[in-house]
This record gives sequence, structure tokens and C-alpha cells, in this order.
Amino acid sequence: MTKVNVYVTLRESVVDPQGIAAKDALHKLGFDEVGNVRIGRLIELELSGTQAEIEERVKKMCEVLLVNKVIEDYSFEIGEVAGK
Amino acid sequence: MSAMHEPTTQQIKDEKLYRQMGMTDEEFDRAVEMIGRLPNYTETGLFSAMWSEHCSYKSSKPILRRFPTEGERVLQGPGEGAGIVDIGDNQAAVFKMESHNSPSAIEPFIGAATGAGGIIRDVFSMGARPVALVNSMRFGDLSDARDRYLFEQAVAGIASYGNTIGIPTIAGEVQFDNCYSKRPLVNAMTVGLLNHEDIQKGLASGVGNTVIYAGAKTGRDGIHGATMSSTEVAVDKEAELPVMQAGDPFLEKLLMEACLELVKSDALIGIQDMGAAGLTSSAAEMASKAGFGVEMNLDLIPQREEGMTPYEMMLSESQERMLIVVKKGREQEIIDLFAKHNIEAVSVGVVTEDKMLRLKHKGETVAEILADTLAEDAPVYYKESKEPAYFSEFQAMENTEPVVTHLKETLTALLQRPTIASKEWVYNQFDTQARANTVVAPGSSAGVIRVRGTNKGLAMTADCNSRFIYLDPETGGKIAVAEATRNLICSGAEPIAATDCLNFGSPDKPEVFWQVEKSADGISEACRKLNAPIIGGNVSMSNEVNGVPVYPTPTMGMVGIVHDLSQVTTTAFKQAGDAIYVIGEAKTEFGGSELQQMVEGKIFGKVPAIDLDVEVARQKDLLKAIQSKLVQSATDLSEGGFAVALCEKAFDAQGLGAEVSIPGSSVTALFSETQSRFLVTVKDEHAEAFEKLVPDANRIGTVTATAEIVIKGEENTVLVEGTVEEFRSAWKGAIACLLNSEA
Amino acid sequence: MRFAILSFPGSSCDEDMVHAVLNIVGEGAEVVNHNQADLKSFDAVILPTGASFGDYLRPGALAQSSPAINSLKEFVKTGKPVLGVGNGFQILVEAGILPGAFLINKDLKFRSGNSTLNVENASTRFTAVYEEGQQITLPFAHHYGNYYVDKETAKQLKADGRIVFTYADDSHDGSVDGIAGVLNVQGNVLGMMPLPERAVEAIIGGTDGLPLFQSIIKNWSENNVSHA
Repeated sequence: MTKVNVYVTLRESVVDPQGIAAKDALHKLGFDEVGNVRIGRLIELELSGTQAEIEERVKKMCEVLLVNKVIEDYSFEIGEVAGK
Repeated sequence: MSAMHEPTTQQIKDEKLYRQMGMTDEEFDRAVEMIGRLPNYTETGLFSAMWSEHCSYKSSKPILRRFPTEGERVLQGPGEGAGIVDIGDNQAAVFKMESHNSPSAIEPFIGAATGAGGIIRDVFSMGARPVALVNSMRFGDLSDARDRYLFEQAVAGIASYGNTIGIPTIAGEVQFDNCYSKRPLVNAMTVGLLNHEDIQKGLASGVGNTVIYAGAKTGRDGIHGATMSSTEVAVDKEAELPVMQAGDPFLEKLLMEACLELVKSDALIGIQDMGAAGLTSSAAEMASKAGFGVEMNLDLIPQREEGMTPYEMMLSESQERMLIVVKKGREQEIIDLFAKHNIEAVSVGVVTEDKMLRLKHKGETVAEILADTLAEDAPVYYKESKEPAYFSEFQAMENTEPVVTHLKETLTALLQRPTIASKEWVYNQFDTQARANTVVAPGSSAGVIRVRGTNKGLAMTADCNSRFIYLDPETGGKIAVAEATRNLICSGAEPIAATDCLNFGSPDKPEVFWQVEKSADGISEACRKLNAPIIGGNVSMSNEVNGVPVYPTPTMGMVGIVHDLSQVTTTAFKQAGDAIYVIGEAKTEFGGSELQQMVEGKIFGKVPAIDLDVEVARQKDLLKAIQSKLVQSATDLSEGGFAVALCEKAFDAQGLGAEVSIPGSSVTALFSETQSRFLVTVKDEHAEAFEKLVPDANRIGTVTATAEIVIKGEENTVLVEGTVEEFRSAWKGAIACLLNSEA
Repeated sequence: MRFAILSFPGSSCDEDMVHAVLNIVGEGAEVVNHNQADLKSFDAVILPTGASFGDYLRPGALAQSSPAINSLKEFVKTGKPVLGVGNGFQILVEAGILPGAFLINKDLKFRSGNSTLNVENASTRFTAVYEEGQQITLPFAHHYGNYYVDKETAKQLKADGRIVFTYADDSHDGSVDGIAGVLNVQGNVLGMMPLPERAVEAIIGGTDGLPLFQSIIKNWSENNVSHA
């Protein structure tokens, strides 16, 4: 099985209420150097297939279900593809 | 085999390893004597969990026996998942309250959420559909960042579970006092409805019948939760704490629907939630109660993690699991029923004649103990009780008024006290109207839902003024019960039964145990007089931080029946021109009052007296007046006294105010917390009839069309005058303000 | 008229909707399970609120894996009315049947209560019994009630009269332009966060939701008479 990490983030144009709250909290705790905070999610997938297959299938999964493109962007990292 | 790395029986004894599991030397010796040999590691775990305070009530049993548990409506008293009371029309209300204090102190969101999940399961395991949630919570006074965090997260957690599963939260209370700093109390109550023929019990009976496990897989979470909740939380040692069990309200919703379908099946023999001490307690209790044995093959238990030992499986407190006994030969249809709801169910064992709880794992018998030994025969302790020194000191004090210089400022400050201030910040996070039956949502005296298909309603409330109980547990216990019944009465309901959650410090402290005893006496007497039998409850001991116990907090949850929904009454003023009555006179009684705590920074002295005969008479009179539709609005006088209650009646009444005159010393008249008092409004044309029914009522003023509060004292002097809006804004925003103001 | 109340696992308020339609409004209503969703024989479909699939991933998202979503898309094409309330609205948006998306409430908390709404368009088949500009009060309960569409879409929705309800008070939770309910292009699908089925009886929070159901029925009767 190959491990894939899908990173889902809110699109730039969308206000992120959780990110704003986290930023405020960090400032209150003295982390004044913090500028913007954006909170997203990490989805860990385990799946089989060749590098090319995995890339295509994961992209499809993101478009169909894992990501709502109205508000979210995504990227993913494919781990070591398991040998045959 | 998996148990290979576990200590031997001799090591457990010699190295006193049972102590780590919360067992005392005496208890271990007793266990050895009862089984006639040394228990192995798994068996020691079974004993320690089943003999924990949480499962066995070993310290509180003698106290619990004092409670009145019977009444003409009681169908099921304490001892099952929840109590059951008849509400007519072949229907019954099922309810119970439970604590989740220790988990909430460590991880408040998960702790509070799983607390709600557990008590919901208790109710549907009786065959009832949960229809409403109530909660009662205590936190430090919000000046400390950790306490604010605990408060915010516990509220969010309890809300998340109830909202997701779709059961409305319709009543509750939150109080704040620094005795709860870092040791919050989170008590949750669920009320369910069923038809009499659907009542289920947790029984494993009928030799050869099949034991089925249904629900979530078993993981290594929450191992020894029952023991943990019976010991003090070490706040500085979070790293050493066991993994908390997380909740899955979605899974519970599916499990609930499956179980409610299951109870209609004649294949079902018994069903019980795997709550505290998980598989151990459900299996042992079901067998013990039925007088049979249970043999389970642990290899068949659905497991979430690899390589789990029998000890881990038996002690896990993974959530959303049920243990079920079905008729032999009917397994597949039950498994299919669960599968339809996307719930895994597997046969894991069989009911036996020999009364043993026998566990097999990888072909070996890993535990073999009489179920009764674990359940029924748990030790019972008669703890030492000693009156604390403070009690006689307080009793010797004279009743005096706290010194107040400015009445209006004092009233405003009281309205901003978090215990008195609007709890909107809390209940706006609850779905209060799911199921579309909510007649009175949180914010009035009690929550009310209608019973669909009838013209009846169920009213519910949770109450406990722990300051009174600390100062004088017996009187305070009476007051807790009376306050709960008052809240039901003011909503137009007749109280029918109660549940309790007894939150105390360590019972090993004689002064704490004295509080337990005395408050139980007060509660028992009041429940008898007010006709509210206790049909179930929960005990939570060792609520302490750094050896200091919280105030004794035996929370009373209570349910009442509204016989006709048109009799439902709320707090708010209804109409200008209505007469305002106060029932009962104010006396100089400030011991444990909100004003005393605010002005003096501590509580002391005698608590307000309560005469239960007067209480009963006034409640009866008022309920009769409400049922005769003579009353427009009603509320009892509690924290903050008369002036606070008067303001509260105006806060939800669009554009209405009040003008009243009250006799006597102004501080006492405005702020005293004298018991058995009510504030009601009555249409002018009903004044005469009302006065006849309620002889203790005094007419003190009128609801006005201007949104102003005017309180006059003797000789027409104005004591307090202000717009409703200025008082409301102080009251409404106080909690949000406390949460946001400090870094 | 026969309403299908489309129930997904976790759609806990399906029975509330059945009660409102069947017992109060007095029309046929039955719960249709998401697995066996044959919707053809129904005159209208309602997606109730609750927490379908536990609101996991994103509220409404996982319902797309149900067979019912395809039948629902077919049903939408027939032009018959579809109403999604609360979580039902979120499902319609996630399925791409209605525009936009939902974010967590601006203050991050679950919120419930009553909201005052403006009826922005009273000429739809869902609102004809209301008056244009009328203010109504409906309960709401959600954690992800913060409706998002980009500025262009919002403008277009407005121009097309597809914004049916807006919040008249501060209970918008951050929703763009205070949008509380939107229509699809064809005008036969309405999604709204406030919950009309909780306001059909005086005893449980008012009757301001009733005209919504009455509007659907009125429109249906008119069409069915004209076809007869």
C-alpha cells in the first residue's frame, strides 16, 4: 500500500473563521510575530496502484468528494510507492 | 500467548500490583478468599473495575438505601440503566442523570460529549426513545484561563453529541464557584419515552441463549475509566493518564435506531450498555441480575487494535457498544437487523447455568469468577462520618445583612454574576428544538416538551445550590429538592420522580462523608414530602483538587407531568396591567447567598431555613392556581432573591416592566434568599380567585407597559429604578464578557 | 400530494418533517431511505435536517455516496419541487444541485434559536403564500450555517431573484449578503438553513413556516388542475 497525504485548505478568497480565531489566540499568548493563520485538513489515504494511477485516482477522489472546490484548494504528496 | 508478559498471580500479590488498579489490600484479600485462589491479572482487573466506587457504590450504598424509591407511578426504580415512571396512556418516562466529571477535567470536550453519549445509551437500552436532554454543570468562576477553557469546551462537547444525534437539550443549569476550579462537574440527564410493553432489562437469562456484542469495535481507550473516575484527578500529571475514550455520535445514532427496532423483537432477552468498566460490568451485571452465568470467547470480540489482551478488552471503555442476549437460534436475524443499520453485531458467548463469568481467549480460560462475586457481593463500606468544625461555628452565627450601599448598583452587579447571568451563551449552542416537540426551551424555570399524540407535556429541570449544602448539608439537601419541584410547578407541571447525581469529595474523609450522609437525609425527607421518589442516579466521589474537595453537590434532576398543555406557564410577564404577587415573606437569611458571596468574598453562617410543610402547601396552592388558569407567569425566587427574579420576568417580555412596593428592610426585601417563595402575575379579573387559592400571596404591584423596573420600599421611597434594557444588557452579556475580557 | 422525506443515516429530523407535512399540513408524507430511493412516484422531495453521516468530512458531503443522490438529480430534472432545509440544504449544495458552499459559523460555535427572515421573493412556488418583503420568524440550528458564494454569483443570484430569504437580524453566521435560502436556476429546488417544519404549530414555536408548505401545495394543485 502506498500512503498519500492530501492537504485541503480554504481558498485564498474565502474567510477562515477558525484561522482568525487561532491567530487572535496566538497573539494573546504572546506570539506576536504571527501574521496570517489558515487552518486546513490533512487526509491520509492508503491505496494501491502505480504512481501514475495513484495520481489520477487521488485527483478524482479530491474532485468528487474530498474537496469542495467552491471553498477549498488541495494538493497531495505521494509517499514511497510500494514495490511489487 | 498474549497474556505471557502479564505479571503472575504471585507477582500481583507480592508486589501489590492491584493497588495500581485502585484496589486496597483488604479488597484484594477479600477477592482471594471469595474465589479460593489468587486471581490472575485479568481477574484482578475485573475485581478492581467492578469493585470501584463507580460500579459498586461501595461507599454510598448504605446512603442510597435511605432514599425513597417507590411511588404509585414508579415502574422501575434504581438498579437498571435508568428508572421508569408511568405517565398514563400506557406510556412511561424513562430517565437518569450521570456524571462525567473526571474525564471532563482532563479533556473537557471529549469528556462531556461521552458523558452525554453514555446516558443516552442508558435510556435507549431500556427500550425508550430519548426525547430530551438536560444538563447540570459546575465550573470555577471564569477568572482563570483553564476554567474558561474547561467551560467552553465542556459546553461545546455536550452540545456536539446531543446536536449530532438529534436530541434536543431543553433545560439545564450552570453555576460558577472557585471550589470547582480545575475540577468541573459535568452531569447529563436523558429523558426517554416508551410504551409499557417495550420495557427492557439488562438480563442474561435462559441457559444456551446467545450473547451478542453490537456497536463500535473495542480499542485500548478508556481502560480503567471506572477506577479513574473514583479517584482524584492529578491535574499536574496529565501525561500519565490513560487514553480517553472518544465518542462517535453518528455511530450512536445508528446504534440507537437499531436498538429501538430490536426492542420490538421477541428474540430479545436482555440488553445493556457497556458503560463504565465496559464488557466487564455489562456481562457480570447481566448475569448476576438474572441468576445465570455468561461465557464469552474474547477472540470473537470486534477489536480495533491488534494484539489486545483479555485484560485490555474487558477493561476498555470504548464508546457506543451494547451487550445483548437473544434467544438461541435467532442470532442471524438480530445480526441482520443491526447490519441494516450499518452496525456490526457478532455472537460472542452463551448464557450458562453455573453463574460464572467465564472468559476464553486463544483456547484458554483466562477468567472464571462467579458473576455475583463481582457484582452483588462487592464490598460495602460504612464510612466514618464526622461533623466538620465549621458547621457548629456557622450555626452559632447570627443572621445579618451584608452591607450594601447602593441598591441599584448591587442589583446590576448581581445580574452580572455568572451564576445568575443569562445562560444564552450556553444554550444557544444546543439544538433546543430538534424533534419539534419543544414547548418551553431553556431560559424559563423548566424545559417542557409535549408528548406527541396526547395533550400532555413533560417538564424537566436540574438543580442544586451547593453553597447551601456546604454550609448545612441537611437543609441544603432539602432546598435542592424543593427548588427542583418549584421549577416544575412554576412551569405548570406536577413533579412525578427524581434522579440524582451525588458529586462529593473523597468519602474517606469523615467530614466529607458527613456531608454525604446529611445531605442524603435532607434529600430523602424532601423527596418523601414532595412526592418525588428517586428512581435512579449516580455517585461521583473524590471530586478534589490538591486534596480540597468541591462543595458537596448532589444535583437533583426532576421530571414532572403537564396534564394539559394549555397549563404550561413560563417566567416572563405577559401583559401590562397584570397584578404582581409574591408568595412568602423575605427574612434576613443570607448564609450562602449570592449577595453574601459577592459582598464578603466567601460564604458563612446559617442557610435559609426551609419548612417542608409550608413548601408543600405553597407548591400545591400555586399548582392548583396554574392548573385553574389563573396565573399568567410564575417563577421561584432563588439566587439573588426578589429583585433578580423581578428583572428576569421582564427580560423576555417585549416592552413590559414592573412597578412594585415591598415592605421591610430594603436589602432583605430585595436580595434575601429565603425559601419557598414565588413571584407570579395574575390578570386583574382573576385576582380574587387567585388570592383565595393561594393564601400566602401578597399583591405588591403591577406589570407596566413601559419597559422600566421601579421598586419602592416603605413610605414610597424608590429603592431601585431603571430601564429593563440597562438591566438586561448587564445580565445578557455577562458570560460572553467574562470569557472574552481576559487573555 | 405525496412528499418523499429523503432520509440519510443521521438525518435525525426526518420524523419532524413527516409530522409537519402529514399531521399538520395534511398531505401524504413518507420517509424514503437513502439506499432504496425510488422517487419517481412522488410529487415532491424534502431533504430534512439532522447530521447526515455525522456531518463528517463536511456537512452534507458524504451523502453524495448514497444511491438516492442520483435519483434526486433525476427528480430535479422533472421540474417537481425539491426542498432542502438545514442539513438538507447542505446536501443539495454539496451535490452541486444548488450553488455555493458552507463554512463553519463565523463565531465557530453551533448556534440555535429563532431568526427573523425577509421574504425576498414571494413569487416562487415555495413562497407564493407569503407576501413580498414580509418578515417571518423561523427556528434554526446549525454549526455550518455560514453560506458562501463568490461575489459574482451572489450578484447573479440577486439579479435572478433566486435569493428567496435573507436574515433580517444578526443570525446570519457570516452568510454572504445574509442569504438564508436560494433557488436553483429552474426554480424548482429551494435550499434554506432556517427550519420551517419547526414552525407549523403555535405550541412549538409559531406558524410562520406553514405558508411555505401551503405554497408548494397551492402551486401543485394549480398545475394539476390545469393539466387535467
